[in-house]
Amino acid sequence: MSENRLGARQVELEVLRYNPDSDEAPRYQRYSVPCKNEWCMLDALNYLKDNIDPTLAYRWSCHMQVCGSCGMMINGEPKLACKAMVRDYEGVIRLEPLAHFPIERDLVSVADDFMDKLKRVKPYLIPGKPKTIEEGEYKQTPEQMQRYRKFSMCINCMLCYAACPEYGLTKSKFIGPAAITLAHRYNLDSRDGGRDERQEEIAANEGVWECTFVGACSDVCPKHVDPAAALQQVKVASTVDWYLEHFMSWSKK
Amino acid sequence: MEIIKTDVAIIGAGGAGLRAAIALAQADPKIRIALISKVYPMRSHTCAAEGGAAGVVKPDDSYEQHFHDTVGGGDWLCDQDAVEYFIHEAPKELIQLEHWGCPWNREPDGSVAVRPFGGMKIQRTWFAADKSGFHILHTLFQTTLQYPNIQRFDEYYATDLMVDDGRCQGLTAIEMKTGQMRRFQAGAVVIAGGGAGRMFPFNTNGAIKTGDGMALAYRAGAALKDMEFVQYHPTGLPNTGTLLTEACRSEGGVLLNKDNYRFLQDYGMGPETPLGKPELKTMELGPRDRVSQSIWHEIQKGRAVKTPWGDCVWLDMRHLGEKTINERLPFVRDICISYLGIDPVTEMVPIRPVAHYMMGGIHTDINAATSVPGLFAAGECACVSINGANRLGSNSLVEILVFGHRAGIEALEYARGQKPGNDAALATQGDVAQAKLRELFMRNVGKESISGLRKEMTDTMGEGVGIYRTQEGLTETCDKLADLRRRYADVALHDKTNVYNTDLLSALELGSMLDCAEAVAVSGLERKESRGAHQRLDFPARDDSKYLKHSMAYYKPTERPRIDYRDVVITTSPPGVRDYSGAKK
Repeated sequence: MSENRLGARQVELEVLRYNPDSDEAPRYQRYSVPCKNEWCMLDALNYLKDNIDPTLAYRWSCHMQVCGSCGMMINGEPKLACKAMVRDYEGVIRLEPLAHFPIERDLVSVADDFMDKLKRVKPYLIPGKPKTIEEGEYKQTPEQMQRYRKFSMCINCMLCYAACPEYGLTKSKFIGPAAITLAHRYNLDSRDGGRDERQEEIAANEGVWECTFVGACSDVCPKHVDPAAALQQVKVASTVDWYLEHFMSWSKK
Repeated sequence: MEIIKTDVAIIGAGGAGLRAAIALAQADPKIRIALISKVYPMRSHTCAAEGGAAGVVKPDDSYEQHFHDTVGGGDWLCDQDAVEYFIHEAPKELIQLEHWGCPWNREPDGSVAVRPFGGMKIQRTWFAADKSGFHILHTLFQTTLQYPNIQRFDEYYATDLMVDDGRCQGLTAIEMKTGQMRRFQAGAVVIAGGGAGRMFPFNTNGAIKTGDGMALAYRAGAALKDMEFVQYHPTGLPNTGTLLTEACRSEGGVLLNKDNYRFLQDYGMGPETPLGKPELKTMELGPRDRVSQSIWHEIQKGRAVKTPWGDCVWLDMRHLGEKTINERLPFVRDICISYLGIDPVTEMVPIRPVAHYMMGGIHTDINAATSVPGLFAAGECACVSINGANRLGSNSLVEILVFGHRAGIEALEYARGQKPGNDAALATQGDVAQAKLRELFMRNVGKESISGLRKEMTDTMGEGVGIYRTQEGLTETCDKLADLRRRYADVALHDKTNVYNTDLLSALELGSMLDCAEAVAVSGLERKESRGAHQRLDFPARDDSKYLKHSMAYYKPTERPRIDYRDVVITTSPPGVRDYSGAKK
């Protein structure tokens, strides 16, 4: 709680502006915002919107790193604006919408592709053995839960897609880190029996094989979900599947 | 205007809206469900709930005890038939979520683990570390993805309900991406639009919690019930208002004044319990209203910790140790470090009470039906009266499930009995809604700014409708809000773009908040007693002879709301004394 957290300084923001109604191409606009050192980038944006320019568009809600709304590029890196602290930046700070997604307006990205990909991997429990409510809960030991817990922490902020070179290169054909991680999360769940259904999607072309293991997804993940680890595990499991199918078909599991 | 015809329209895709959608989809795969939300479902504020969800499941627990904790916790303003239904459905809903994949914490044998929570006599709070709401929301959202008849309209802002022939038949909404208005014609409408905490200057709520759902119903003639009951959560970060879950205390954290004294023992919640061994329903595990009020008194007595962000008290979790904090409260640790630069493993955290939750909301009966036929409501926007004058932590995450489910089923039942609406009449209503919006959009002469009016609103709410209230303060706030509502007609937009116009959205949200705020302040002014979260310095006692009643606020376009009263449903528990002095038992 040192006093310099309350210190203030003038921060120069260079913000991408794009209005599809009137702009042919995106442009940058410079703002000078009086910021406190304890502020996150979202506080700076909110100050800007309330006091300087009400026309700037960006998404935000929880201001506590859990709703996943305020993902954007800050000096070229995908970040949550509510997690990036102003005091960690010097000089002019450049704010842009998340890379690899079309721009809807200003800092707002079009999320349709991401939403579609999430849905494609069937990210819900497909019970191995269906149970009625009266039969009570499935037993799942802490160890069993530990296998997938980390992968269930994804807040769908899309930072990993903005960081993923493969998603950028394949013109977003690659199904991407968060979706595969979510599929893997359910595959690892002791209550689930839906792996085969999901495999069709994630082991297909543009599924897991497109990943080149740069690891950028895990580096930028604000929740330490580690999608790269999930992708690696899925690849290994898919390879095992392939061998089982092609060389050991006589072994009939 | 594009028309979307659907069987049931749901406004809001947080926990309650999603649960309603699943209930509908499962009840009949052929019906059409329109799930309309101003944000993508995962952004809904359910995600920010941390502590957990209460349901009777362990052998040492009973429905009766959950009932008494809830009714007493609500200072007898709960409708006891609704509470009865709620507590019986709670475990079923929690098991259902478990079957859908929710990663509840577990005991070593694989059964679901429970943790203690404020005001609860037995440990009955199911939890997923300190991210319970997040996991509930995502589990529900992901579950909806398997139902093709749930059609989502993400980033659509509902502007008006359409009521024709004496029943609600749909709504108009703006598609944010294009700025175009759409007309949803439906056999029934469910509102699950969340709370309105953003009307307060210091609150735990996300930006989206602007009371839009409440305002929609209110303007359409439904009553807002018990709006004066606003929950102040005891432990907010002093600068940002970010919530530190009650689980901080249920895991053993303690509250200290500047002299490192556990002051709760001076406010009927003692004697002191051993450090790190929290006892149920006493000291730090008292109910939120009492704990927040004690902090207020402590500050008045000059025993506060002075911080650059105002007067605070300490939340001390150091004795829990790093392992427990990482295991049970990892998010709390992250948040304290991020926003305050304080690590709760090694330092005490300054906290102060923060506006958190609306006990009040759209009046519904036990079937989630509002007083407008065809209109249902569930979740924080609704008031089915299970929370009374003070909600117990971990009841609301269950409320969204139990009554979200019920609202879905009841809305379907209702919609099935209806004939198709009168297209011409609904078209006219759509045109009126659009004209109103266009007027706001095109207005050039306005001299009021959105952020300016919003600031004046939050300031007056903070001053007049805080933890303790007076006739004078409430009167001033009521007058101020009436003035702000007048001036709102003069608000001007700077942004004249169709695509994702957040200037327009902010203006509409401000309109919602002003209407809700007035219902809060006027209901508070009229309630001349102290009960639960509504504390009057000028009327310090509970007055069952006059006010064992629900306040009902009815909208008036240019005047203060009309306040009426409605009897509380008492079945088995007559009003008694709330006792949180553990050792006396």
